Parts: sequence; C-alpha cells; structure tokens
Amino acid sequence: MLNQPDRTATQGLADEDRIPVSVTVNGEAYERSVSPRLLLSDFLRHELRLTGTHVGCEHGVCGCCTIRLNGETARSCLTLAVQVDGCEIHTVESLGSKSALGPVQQAFKECHGLQCGYCTPGFLMVVTDYLENNADPDLTDAGIRTALSGNLCRCTGYQNIVAAVRRAHKIMHAG
Amino acid sequence: MKPARFEYVAAKTVAEAIDARSSFDDTVILAGGQSLIPMLNYRVAQPDAVIDINRVPGLDTISVDNGAVRVGALVRHRQLELSAEAFAAHPLLREALDNVAHIPIRNRGTICGSIAHADAAAEMPAVLVCLDGFVTAQGSGGERNVPASDLFLFHMTTTLDSDEIITSATFPALPKGSGYAFEELTRRHGDYAVAGICAVITPGPDGNCASASLSACGIAEKPVRLSAVEAALVGTNLSDDAVSAAAALVDDMVTNEDDGAGGRYRRQVARTLITRAVAKACQRAAQGRA
Amino acid sequence: MATRTFGEPVQRNIDDRLLTGQGHYIDDIDLPSVAHAAFLRSPFARAKITSIDVSAARAHPGVLGVFTCDNIGHIDQDLPLLIPHPCLVGPRTQRPLARGDVYYVGQTVAMVVAVDRYTAEDAVRLIEVDYDPLPVSVELEDAAADGANLVHEDVAGNVAAHFVQNSGDAAAAFARADHVTKITVRVERSTAAPMEGRAVCARWDRITEQLMVWDSTQAPISVRGGLASLFDIDEDRVRVVAPDVGGGFGQKVLFFYPEEVLVPMAAIQLDRPVKWIEDRTENFIGSTQERTQVHTIELAATKDGEVLGLRDFFLHDTGSFIPYGIAIAQVASTSIAGPYRIPNIEVEFKAIYTPTVPVTPYRGCGRPQACFAIERAMDKLAEELGLDRFEVRRRNFIAPDQFPWKREGLLFADGLAVCYDSGEYDTALSKAAEAIGLDRLDEMKADARARGKYLGLGLGFYVEGTGLGPYEGGHVRIHPITGKIYVNTGLSTQGQGHDTVFAQIAADQLGVDPSDVIVVEGDTGAFDWGVATFASRAAVVSGNAIHKAASKAREMVIEAAANMLEAAPGDIELAEGKARISGSDRAVTLAEVATATNPLRYAFNKAAQSATQFAPASKHDGPPLADGKAPGIEVTDYYSPPYSTWAYGCHAALVEVDPALCTVDIRQYVCVHDCGNMINPMIVEGQVIGGMAQGLGGALYEKVQYDQDGNPRNAGFMDFLMPYATEMPKVDIVHMETPSPLNPLGIKGVGEAGTIAVPATIISGIEDALKPLGAGHFHEAPVFPHMIFEKLGGADQAKAS
Repeated sequence: MLNQPDRTATQGLADEDRIPVSVTVNGEAYERSVSPRLLLSDFLRHELRLTGTHVGCEHGVCGCCTIRLNGETARSCLTLAVQVDGCEIHTVESLGSKSALGPVQQAFKECHGLQCGYCTPGFLMVVTDYLENNADPDLTDAGIRTALSGNLCRCTGYQNIVAAVRRAHKIMHAG
Repeated sequence: MKPARFEYVAAKTVAEAIDARSSFDDTVILAGGQSLIPMLNYRVAQPDAVIDINRVPGLDTISVDNGAVRVGALVRHRQLELSAEAFAAHPLLREALDNVAHIPIRNRGTICGSIAHADAAAEMPAVLVCLDGFVTAQGSGGERNVPASDLFLFHMTTTLDSDEIITSATFPALPKGSGYAFEELTRRHGDYAVAGICAVITPGPDGNCASASLSACGIAEKPVRLSAVEAALVGTNLSDDAVSAAAALVDDMVTNEDDGAGGRYRRQVARTLITRAVAKACQRAAQGRA
Repeated sequence: MATRTFGEPVQRNIDDRLLTGQGHYIDDIDLPSVAHAAFLRSPFARAKITSIDVSAARAHPGVLGVFTCDNIGHIDQDLPLLIPHPCLVGPRTQRPLARGDVYYVGQTVAMVVAVDRYTAEDAVRLIEVDYDPLPVSVELEDAAADGANLVHEDVAGNVAAHFVQNSGDAAAAFARADHVTKITVRVERSTAAPMEGRAVCARWDRITEQLMVWDSTQAPISVRGGLASLFDIDEDRVRVVAPDVGGGFGQKVLFFYPEEVLVPMAAIQLDRPVKWIEDRTENFIGSTQERTQVHTIELAATKDGEVLGLRDFFLHDTGSFIPYGIAIAQVASTSIAGPYRIPNIEVEFKAIYTPTVPVTPYRGCGRPQACFAIERAMDKLAEELGLDRFEVRRRNFIAPDQFPWKREGLLFADGLAVCYDSGEYDTALSKAAEAIGLDRLDEMKADARARGKYLGLGLGFYVEGTGLGPYEGGHVRIHPITGKIYVNTGLSTQGQGHDTVFAQIAADQLGVDPSDVIVVEGDTGAFDWGVATFASRAAVVSGNAIHKAASKAREMVIEAAANMLEAAPGDIELAEGKARISGSDRAVTLAEVATATNPLRYAFNKAAQSATQFAPASKHDGPPLADGKAPGIEVTDYYSPPYSTWAYGCHAALVEVDPALCTVDIRQYVCVHDCGNMINPMIVEGQVIGGMAQGLGGALYEKVQYDQDGNPRNAGFMDFLMPYATEMPKVDIVHMETPSPLNPLGIKGVGEAGTIAVPATIISGIEDALKPLGAGHFHEAPVFPHMIFEKLGGADQAKAS
C-alpha cells in the first residue's frame, strides 16, 4: 500500500530523535515520524514513495523539486520534513493521470515542452501555480520567462515550455 | 548533500527560541530556510540545534504606519511583495523585492531572515540601510532596536548577539516629495547582485537635490551607505553631469574585486546603476509632484 | 497506402508517463533493503596519500562497508583505455579508488556503504586521510609549458597525445598565398550538467549468480561488456538497464566511472543491493567535462578571399586522465575546415594533462571549438581583405555538385577519411541572411545607438559529422496477441524522443499508428548488440537499422497475408493495423498474421484457434514450421554506415551590447539547419533549440573555474551559470532538408547541431557591435561582461550610457 511506512531513506537515522509529522499530500493524509534532518524532498520520494518530485541540486537553484506547500510553490529540498506538520502539499502526482492529463500536462505534451522529463515536474508545478494563482497572468514572452526563471532545464531551451504555458492557459479557459 | 545531525526545536514563543539559543553551543534560526538549508545540505553549517520559529504566532504580520512598513520575522518576501497596503505606502519595497531570487524562493524566504543572513549582495539589507531602517531584536537581555547602520558587520555577519533573534524589521517611510528606485545588475535573472543600488532622492522646490539616500549591495563586504555620493548630490541640480560626478565617488566604496577585472568593472557597474537609479528616482519625484 | 508518419510532428509516446511523475529514473527504483553509497573524494588536485584510517567510519552505526583500494579485490586496477590510438604517447586512466596518488579534486578515494545516504555521508567525514600535496600547473598553457609540474610523473611534458594530420599540401598553399590571416582563439571548459546526475544501482543474485545493474548511462551494452570483463562473469549473467535517464549530453557515455564499477562490486561483496545517486557537487567534481582548447589557426588566401590552405595547431586539455582517447581533439581537428573547400590542411594537436576533472565529450565534442576557430578566422580574413563576411564565406563553400567532398588524410572519429556527403551551404547562408533581416541591419544599428546601445550581427556556420559507426541493430516483432509492434535497439535514450521516431519508422513500414509501436531500448535483457548513444548517431544508425528490419517484417506480413487472403502479394496493402486486399474489405489484422505464422498447439484466444494443429488453415505438407522459417513476424537487422553523414547549418544573431554595464542582449536569433530528411520536425526543433541553450551557456555564461591550486571555484548551480528561460532568446528556426545519400532514410544526425555554432555566432556579434568603439577582436569563449569592459579599455564608459 502506498502509505505504508517505509524508511529506506532514513533507516539508519533510527537512533536520532524522531518527530511526528501529519501531512496531507495530494489530498491523502499521512502520519510519519521523521528525523529532523530529513529533507522534504527525500520524505516525499522515499517515505511516501511519490517519486515524481525530482532532486536536481539540493541547493535551491534548479527547481526540479518544486512542490506546492499550502498552495504556494516551494523547494522541497530547502524544506525539512518536520516543517510540514499540519500542512497541505501538492506534487506532480496531483495534476492528472496518464489516462487523464491535466491541462498543464496536456499542454506540455502538445508543445513538446519536455525531453528527458527530469526537470518537468518542477516546471509543471510552477506553471500550474502561475496560471491558477494569477487572475490575469502575463502571457507575453517576457512575462512567461520571468515566471519560469528559477527552474533549470538542460534539454529544451525553454522555448516550447513558453509555448506550453500559453497553450495551458488556453486549455484551462476553454470553458 | 544531506544535512548533518542536529537537534530540532520547534519554538512556540520567542522566549522559547531565545532559551533554546542559550541551551546549545551553536544554534541557527530556521525561518524561511532558503539560505540556511543549502548551508545545512552542504554541511558548511553544522549547528547543534536548529530552532524553528515558524510556529511562533504573531510574527507573520505586516504593519503599515504612516508610510513606514514593519515586517515580522516570518513575513515572506512574496507576502510583502503582494501586499497592496505595503505597496501603496512604500512602493520601493516591491521594486526591490522583485529582484530577490525567484518566486518559489520568495514564497518561503523571509525578509528578516535575509537581513539576519546578511549576504553582502542581498537586496533587502541594502534597502534597510538606504532607508535608515532598523531591526527589533530580542535576546536574553531583552528587546532592543538596532539601526541598520550598526547591524551589518561583514559578509554573512551581523552585530547581533548569539542569543538574539530578529523579531521584526522596520522600513521607514519615504520622505514626502521623494522619488525612489532600486536598480540592480545580475549575471542571470534572480541571481545575487553584481551590484545593486537603492536610491531615494528628494528634490527641493527649486528642483535641486534637497536630500539623497543611497545604498549599495554587492560592492563591498556588507551593504553600504553611499554617503560621499549623497553629499555630492545634495544641492546640485541633478543634471546628468552632476549625477555622473557624484556617482564616480562610489569607486572608493567598491572593495569587492572578484569581477575578473580587479573591481574596475564593478565600479563602472555601480556608477552606471547610480546614474540610472537617480534618474529614475528623479523622474518619479517629478511625477509625484505633477 | 497507409498514411506516412515520417516527417510529421508526431507527439511523443513517452510523455504521458513523464508528465505524471511515473518516470523511472534510477533513484525511483525502490529495491528492498537497498544500501546507499557515498564517496570520500580528494580535496587536492595532486597529492600523495600517506595514510588512510577508516576505523571510525567502519564503526559508525548503520555503516555496512567501507572500501579503499585495499579491499576491492582485483578491480583495483587501471580502468580500461576505451579508444586506443597510436598517437597516445602517455595514455593514463584512473583506478576505481585512488592508490597512492590523487590527480584531481573530486577523485574517489574511499567508498562508504550504509543503510541510508545521510548515514553514509556522516561516515565519509569520519575517514581520516593524510595527504602530501604536490605542486600543480592547472592552466592548459602552463601545463604544456617547459618545466610544468607533471600530472603523471612518468608522462613527460604532460603530453598525453600528439598528432599531426595533413590533407593536401598546406606548405605549398601558404607559399603561393597572397595573404595569411592568423589568430589564436581560446574556448573554456564547461560541463554537461544533466539535471539528473549519474546514478547506479546494482543487485547481485547469489542463487542465479546474476548481476543486475541499473545505470543512468548512454551505453548500457558497453557498460555490460566492461562489467562482465572486470568481474569475469559471463555476459549473459550481467544485465544492464538504462531506464529513464535525466539527460546525458555525452557525460553519461562509457568511460568507466569509478562508481559504475564500485557499486556493483559492493553489491556482490555485501550481498545486498547498493545504490549511488550522484549529488550536484559530485557532478561538478566527479563527472567528466569538456571544451578547453587553444587554437592558433592560419588561413592562406588569395587576395579575392579564396582560402587555399589552413594550418591549425591546438592544445587540448584532457584533464587528469584520457579514458576516451583522443576523440574530442580528433573531431575538432577534422572539423576545422568547416563548410569550406580549403583543399590543403595541416592540423596538429597536443592533448595535455592538467590536474583537473578528466575530459571526455560533452555535446558538441570538439566541434564548437573548431567552429569558433574557423569562423572567427574567416571573419578576420574578411576584415583584413576588406571583404564582406558573407561574401568571403560564399567564395569558399563546397558547392552542391562538389559532393562527396573528401578530405583525404584527415581521419574522422570513426577511423575513416572525412567525406562530406551532401549540402546546400550557400542556400543556408542566404536563408540566414534573409531571416535575420540583413537588409535592415544599418537601420537596427541606428535604432540601438539611439537607445545608447550598440548592435552587431553575429554569424556562424557549422558542419557536423554525425551518425558514426560501427553499427546498431533493430529488432522488430509483431506481438501475436495484441498485434502491437515491439521494437528494440541497443542504445539508450536520454529524452531525445527516440521511442517516438523509431516508432514512426516502424509504423510507416507496417501500417500502424506510432502509438501502437512499443520501443524498448537501453536494456541488455531486451537487445544486446550495439554500441551507445553519442555523436548524434541514434536516429541515423539505429533508425536505419529499425527501418531495415521493419521493411523485412513488412515483406513477411505481406507474404503471409497474401496466403491467408488467397491474394497476390502485390495486391496487399498495410494500413490501420491490418493487411488488406487493395480496394476490398477483405483483411486480416497484424495480430492474426503474427498468430498464423506461429504454428500453435494451444489456442490462447480466438485468433490462435486458426493456428492450432487441427485448424483448416494449418494444413501443410511438410513440418508445421517449414525448414529455414522462423515462427511469427520477427526480424533483426543491422545498419552500419559506410562513413559519417555531415549535417550543417548557419546561425545568425542580432546582438546588442550595453556599453556601460557591458551586458549582452540577444535581440534576434536565427538558426538555419539541415539534418537531411526529418523524421519528426517537432523533435528536431527540440533538439536544435535545446542544443542552442547549451551553446548560449558556452558563449556567455558557463565556465568551469579552477583556482591556481586546482580547486574548483564554482562547483554548483549558484556559480556555474546555466541559462534560465530569462537568459534564453527566442530562436527562429529555418529547416532545410538535403537528403543524405548514405542511408535508406536519407537522414543525418541533429543531437549536437544546435550547440556548435552558438559561441562563434554570439561572440562575432559582440565584436561587430563594438567595432565603432574600437573594442577589437573577441577570440575567447565564453565572453563575460568584465571581458567586454576590458576590451572597451576598462575606462570610464559610464558616460556612454
């Protein structure tokens, strides 16, 4: 079962004080005890086995690990798991499924906004936030590129991601 | 790149956090964590205890009083940036905040945390210095206000005692009739500044410069007030020549020489940004009067 | 006739999985009781190790094993020299864990395996090593100079390789030239920095004695060959899988990275699965890098600008080891004449050891350096002769009717003489001029001046030998139950979209939708003949192999269907997953064909009934499976290119410089490219623009920096400045399609195309922009703002704003 405790990420930390954490991820409630030094990225990936959130630099620059924490984008590598007690988290797994892609996912597919796919979950979270949290998002090239800055992609050269943002906005507002 | 072991203290009051600071040899305060956690991941910081103040109530408020803006220790960059009230009272803050990293970082990172971290190239410390702002700090010795001019010691170091915690930062109001600007050069969007200039210019009724406040980040070992530039501007007619002449006085303040040109390039950047910031501030002051 | 998908922007089969977080990168593979490795790496560029004490690490709770060179058994040996070449005078490769000496900051000294990564990193810090540091010469020119500190004590002058190649008679050409242009250019070191670092996970099965390795590699088959060889295990007992790979760009081709060998070793020794996930710091100090070369190039020309001869001497920084041989320097030296006829060439290089991270190919592989050298030299020649930059290029292009154009004497990376197969270079240049708006250039320069800026035209032309041999295979099989097409090849994908273009190729032959083609690559358990993904070769080599196999499968389907439908083979057409008699409703599905061609005993489903022994259709005179026939529809075929196919293109840019801040703004960027017939233009554009972003890094942002002691100065994303979306300009792409005559599909490679010409283009634009200020020449890449400042005299330019 998905939410069975699994401690492959931190089993050696058993001698450290563990701190209980209750957190809702993608609508599902989880309760765990974690070592204080466990990064949220590792918690999501290895304790909850939500491996869609990727880890690219662990110093906050690349944006691969971006999730939404209480509705706002955040780096899961710059957050401790103990900090999210009582919080609500959304990861890429919340955006849609293979048989029913969400609008941002669909747009990335149509516009070829991904290649290796490693940075993609971070971009999807950022773009989702940009389009959901702004009543009137700036869809000029400059506006979109500023919104995307903070996420590194080494494959696409960003151009198709910019196109995907516009396409996603269109899909979301197609009624 | 995983943090070393530490004790974790989830403080529920400022007093608890201060107590915790005294109970361990080496502690750090976790607010937004956007500078701290990279240091933990790299293990350049290996504190005995991390004191998390995120659950201390009352620290996440922005209060606007007569044009001055006070931000609590848990006010995130993005929160202040989006605050309509703060923007109406003090538009300089949003202009500076727009230069701070990227939105996901601004969503978490706190202004007080940035000030406490005291990176010499960071924007908000320079803004505090420009405005003659102050922080309110609490420690075992009680509460005190520390003016920006006394706060920053050098890169990543403040004058605060090891048991003190910044509980708020206060950005004083812009002078009446003034114009402002924050101009910055980065290598990439959102990076730390090669140089950044914060300027507040108040022209007098004759159009000459009645007062000027300028500060810079990125050019020295801490955010610096550009007093010589200010003195040279006051009383001038703020013509291009006058501003350029004043801007040239920044040269002596530029001590950061890691620009590949022995500091000379950074001096030119600082001068250029000063002229652009002053021009923009003057323009805004003129618009304000109109 | 079925709808052809070749040439269509077919969406990618892989995307649904990657978009929903269902990818399988190495760290997503969750094996029970997996242990985690972390490494102690050298903090010195060059030092003798005087002692190592691992006792505290070994005693640390949660630690399962600590390894140094003393307890890794027979793999404590120099790792293989993968591409030997006679000109390698002092080839050196590293050992999995340092023995006695360290040669770069980041070299693996010890490995800890523990129950989790946090604990493993804790224990790494408990290992005590005493080093005796040695003096170093870090900069390439310093390391090549007389009296330099040696990286390897027994390699004189730090010279790893020295090679001279001649095509024609350069000396004679220089003797009769009216004019000689000579410049020295320098290109700095960069790194691929894939978003997913390297990663290895290994499991040893004691019962079956099988080693299973998941490796984020571009070369699973070659990794398997190496592991089987190193561990002395039958190849059939080693399976290497490259699952989803988060970018490679050359860094993940085979070099035998220490971790690739040590993680399987630990899994065997500890009898427990072991995983290592490279972190970002490790990627900067432990994964190979490329680019530093210093070329002194001379062009001998007539007064009309016809280049008669070229001489190039260059130093190539190979870092501390040279496991991949001279590949980069060889590609650079054989690409040096670019798209120009230049019939007389003398090119010489020395590969020099420096005490830095070892150097192996990174997307472009010597071509960006060669392109920068020749293109900057052509600009200088035009300037010196008072000719237009476009015109001087036109006068030297190989004309369309002059192909194949052979450079006898220059051997390309595949060991064969350089031979350009096809191209329309002049047309490409004209299209670039048109797309960038060359006729409005003066107007745009004036507009920039009015805003206090300076605008210039950047221009860069590149050629790219792609699709090298030796060969790849394609395996095509029609599944009897689902009728889906299974396709395998031996190389692996790092997100380029192989699965989609390979599916298109097979789909076109078999009349199915590409989404019904399931491509499995990068798994030696599925297909284990072939080489690797590198040098823009996957589409050309695997693509044509799959095409050949699918064509044969098509013939088999038609023959079988003709029998089943009692029609002439010439009347059978394949479409929509069926074989049908043209102009009629009579058809059989591919599943039925695949079933009927496989004589069965058991009827798994309705279709299978017709293939069982008592079914009327099963009547036969001889054995159920005729002699010489194989069951089902299954074909394996191979493609081995006669020689490399040469793609090319022309980049142009409008580059605006702020003379006060010395910043560069790319106002417009045009990329004309020709990779032969395009299988999928959407994927081609993705490759080109993505490559362009890496080229932009090499032009303006990215430089791996070492201090004079050999310490990396910017080993992280804060300081190694990869462009964000905000730095990347919009790119206008112009496609040309000159088919390659060398392969059935008429295709050329495109993987590296976008990267090569970008530094030459942007930096020539900076130079052009700043001509009115007398800034002089820009012959280094990348160009940083302070360099522009210095070219402008480092004086007070603030007034210029």
